[in-house]
Amino acid sequence: MKKIKTPTIRKSIFISFGLMVIISSGINFYKSRHMKEPVVMSPGVTQVKRLGQYFSGIAGTINDSHVYLLEGEQPGGTILVLGGTHPEEPAGRLAAWIFVENAMLEKGRLLVILSANKSGSTVTRLGGAYPPDYTIPTPWGERKFRMGDRWSNPLDQWPDPEVYIHYPSNQELAYVDIRNLNRTFPGRPNGTLTEKTGFAITQLIRKEKVDIVIDLHEAELQYPVISTIVAHERGQDLAAMASMMISGTEDFNIGMENSPPELRGLSHREIGDHTQAVSLLLESPEPMLDACRGRTDRKLLLDGKDEFLVKAYQHGLLFEKIDKNGWPIKKRVGRHTSSILQITELWTAEHSDKEIIINNVPKYSQLIKNGVGVYLHNPAEAPPVRLEWE
Amino acid sequence: MIIVTFLYYILSAYIAFIIVWNLVKSKKWQDELLYIIILIPFILRILRLK
Repeated sequence: MKKIKTPTIRKSIFISFGLMVIISSGINFYKSRHMKEPVVMSPGVTQVKRLGQYFSGIAGTINDSHVYLLEGEQPGGTILVLGGTHPEEPAGRLAAWIFVENAMLEKGRLLVILSANKSGSTVTRLGGAYPPDYTIPTPWGERKFRMGDRWSNPLDQWPDPEVYIHYPSNQELAYVDIRNLNRTFPGRPNGTLTEKTGFAITQLIRKEKVDIVIDLHEAELQYPVISTIVAHERGQDLAAMASMMISGTEDFNIGMENSPPELRGLSHREIGDHTQAVSLLLESPEPMLDACRGRTDRKLLLDGKDEFLVKAYQHGLLFEKIDKNGWPIKKRVGRHTSSILQITELWTAEHSDKEIIINNVPKYSQLIKNGVGVYLHNPAEAPPVRLEWE
Repeated sequence: MIIVTFLYYILSAYIAFIIVWNLVKSKKWQDELLYIIILIPFILRILRLK
């Protein structure tokens, strides 16, 4: 009988180890990429379209995202809410989700995209050890969401160039930002997947004659643009008024900043420059994004409590307050819902021919009292016609 | 872009082949273990899992 050599046995053991790692991690990555998130649409949702209906170049791709249309009985203005431009900023997606699952339009139209960059929602930051998903407790059980990344999944757009040259400004940006939807507006019809996604959203805004676009984001506490409304020139009055009204009437403060004309590719700059819409971007604080955070887990994602950030704040290193109570998700989502409602109220007061009246959406105080889960409905009890999947 | 992406997958497969070749030829256990670890991301990318 031929004797098996020691190196062969050793190599077989190593190869088996490698296969185990590939299979176990591969299954996790596959499940994470293909996880479906239910959407129990409010009776206010009158149509569900796709981005591909506005630009055929995106049809059939992973970023052929749903566009939820909520139409009032009376005509009026049109507002577009973008969730998931940066999917790793979950309060933005969740706030948009609350609108789709609860809002009723009295006047005008509300358009919502929950996964503006769906590709980005199927991966987490490479090397960041982020959790792939998180769950929101509800009165009927739990609702699971993908965590996502700031950039499109490299499986959908690869490789990155040495330098990303933004279209049409030709401004040179970081190579990785060619996969950042909020650096590729207004988009390019023959560009990369992310550029095509930006172009599809720009086309939607033009074709649906959108009056206001609100792009929902979160920011690290070490970043100066935080807890604020970033406004294009044509939205500065609206944003300034909203900032004052919110800070005066709600239990939180929000600032207002002008969109820098020299910083290209961002929604607040390019949508304002290239379409008829007033373009605004909302930022709420997300401790999980900070570089000096501690353990990066689902708990930090949801409760926003981090002792290292508290220490950084005590040393004056942050642009937003943080204490032992952290920044729980209900607070971050509530800031977004209240801000959107305030902006539409002010818009309606100034535009009698383009009124937008949104009912049945919880404000900040209600979210603080009840939590996010109360406003997410049970997909098992939803009629099939009112159920959609992201 | 699609052509460039395709070429990158070809390149990944070629590098994976070279790593496997080196693994087979290697006589030091430290190198063998290192080749296995290096190989994992290439395989995951070729299989379009990560």
